[in-house]
Amino acid sequence: MTDAFISIQNVDKYFGKFQAIDNVSIDIGHGEFFSLLGSSGCGKTTLLRMLAGFENPSSGEIYIDGQPMSEVPPHYRPVNMVFQNYAIFPHLNVRDNIAYGLRRQKLSKAKRNEMVDEMLALIKLPEYGDRKANELSGGQRQRIALARALILRPKVLLLDEPLGALDKQLREQMQLELRQLQRTVGITFVFVTHDQEEALTLSDRIAVMSRGRVLQLDTPTGLYERPGSRDVASFIGTMNFFEGRVSKVEGTKISVDAEGLGAVKGDRGERAFAEGDRIQVAIRPEKLELTEEKPNGGTTTVQGMLKDSAYLGERSHFYVKLDGLEKPVAVSTQNRVDAISANGEARPIWLSWDPEAVVLLGAD
Amino acid sequence: MSESYIRKRSRPLQIYAVIFIIVLYVPVLFIPLFSFNDSIYVRFPLEGFTLKWYVELFHREPVWNSLMNSVKVGLAVSVISTAFGIFAAKAIARYRFPGRGPLVGFIMLPLVVPLIIFGVALLVLLSRLGIPLSLWTVGLGHLIVCMPFSIATLLPRFEGFDPALEEASADLGENALWTFWRVTLPMIFPGVIASLMLTFTVSFDEFIMAFFLNGTQPTLPLYIWGQLRFPQEFPSVLALSSFVIAASFVIVFIGLWINRSAHAGAIKVE
Repeated sequence: MTDAFISIQNVDKYFGKFQAIDNVSIDIGHGEFFSLLGSSGCGKTTLLRMLAGFENPSSGEIYIDGQPMSEVPPHYRPVNMVFQNYAIFPHLNVRDNIAYGLRRQKLSKAKRNEMVDEMLALIKLPEYGDRKANELSGGQRQRIALARALILRPKVLLLDEPLGALDKQLREQMQLELRQLQRTVGITFVFVTHDQEEALTLSDRIAVMSRGRVLQLDTPTGLYERPGSRDVASFIGTMNFFEGRVSKVEGTKISVDAEGLGAVKGDRGERAFAEGDRIQVAIRPEKLELTEEKPNGGTTTVQGMLKDSAYLGERSHFYVKLDGLEKPVAVSTQNRVDAISANGEARPIWLSWDPEAVVLLGAD
Repeated sequence: MSESYIRKRSRPLQIYAVIFIIVLYVPVLFIPLFSFNDSIYVRFPLEGFTLKWYVELFHREPVWNSLMNSVKVGLAVSVISTAFGIFAAKAIARYRFPGRGPLVGFIMLPLVVPLIIFGVALLVLLSRLGIPLSLWTVGLGHLIVCMPFSIATLLPRFEGFDPALEEASADLGENALWTFWRVTLPMIFPGVIASLMLTFTVSFDEFIMAFFLNGTQPTLPLYIWGQLRFPQEFPSVLALSSFVIAASFVIVFIGLWINRSAHAGAIKVE
């Protein structure tokens, strides 16, 4: 891709014998909100630090705005970073923290003050200029770290789990603000997180990483609806998996004999499934419907025993035991007045789903 | 009011603490006491109050020369060892390099190896190299003695602040030199002051190295030691020592005060 703003090409990174990044290639577009998602130790922070220049690739090259970056030290790169613990300078007040990077621009004092005021307004902390760093809350520190980076008008803003240290409510508020801010300033954000919900909420595209490799790179909808592997499917949201064997192939339409579900129809898309292949059938809990009576109509149906349920307010979770399956199937439904409830006793119940809800995965 | 087990007062321990402090400081207090005594002999009973030893002290040229020598060496040594200490402490705290553990042990060696060994070794080396003994060679010896103090004072400062702060500075466009000036130095500043004071004090009262490595210009401890042979000089040595004790108290007090406020600040930040 030639119009990529950031281009990570075949990058490897070794720390001694340990390979932290394994042949990663990612292209990120201009103005994109891009997330690196994975559990701790998957290499996402290492990749971000290579973009910032704190680490160099062992092989491969990173281009930002067309320029190769491996010879460019951090202080000359057109990127700025919001650190995990914000790294606010404790010996400076808020204004001096925000103005820190302006020294090299040799601005007049008035101009500099004007820019800092602008930033303080942008992060909605206009009266906090004279505070010391130790007089700020986590959310305020986070905004100051943002302002300190954005005042330099970087081409790319790197964010290393910036919301990880905040409590749930503040985190949701900051997610919203971060997304709005990104649209306002219109620069490319590269965001590192281990929180899949956060990544889904914020990002234009997400790279799911594991053991130094990119498992899948897709839009939030793509990752959720069309996961490419079991690892991705189980990392993003909850997923029911069923072992199966391909029984018939007709063009892209295939039939699968799945344990517990019986005959299931699905679309193989680009993948070369052949008759007799062992594959996995996956269905999201909220794509399954529970009914007391056998539904009539175009959906696929199977009967099971309703074992257990959990009431979560907005939604309820049910666990249904199917014949021939060890693990009960998870079902998640919106709570309505006429909603089904489990009242302790196990009882027969019907499970049904739309054929389009079925995800077929290789048996890896 | 019930007190917790840990905070319960213990009478024997209180008595022990009082005795401890008396034993520690009373001998020191004899020095100013006898410096005001109107007799050249250090003995009881006291024979009357006088300031003449102090007056005499002021008229003695060699005292002031040796004091100046000690101050010169002390200032140079404290500045150089603190500067080296900053580099060494930063390297030890920030980088993982082969041989780091043994190197740290090696630097800290002068704390445990008798100084007389270092003194003799340096003397042999310098005379082999044909370098004449002077205040410079004394300073060199003191540098070896002071480096461990400097590093031990500065190391916790480096370990106590987040390396991400230095990375943030680089990320915001500052090179290594400016990052040091704008972030690292302010963060470790209380440690730098403490190191300067500590190393100055160590150099100021160091005797053994000075004894081996000194040329024709004595430092203050050497001068005092030289005067001990002459009974009539002894009371003014006491007067001189009283000055030194007073100055030490002031320096230690200032050092503790600076470090205390720094600790309070550091705790709030973290």
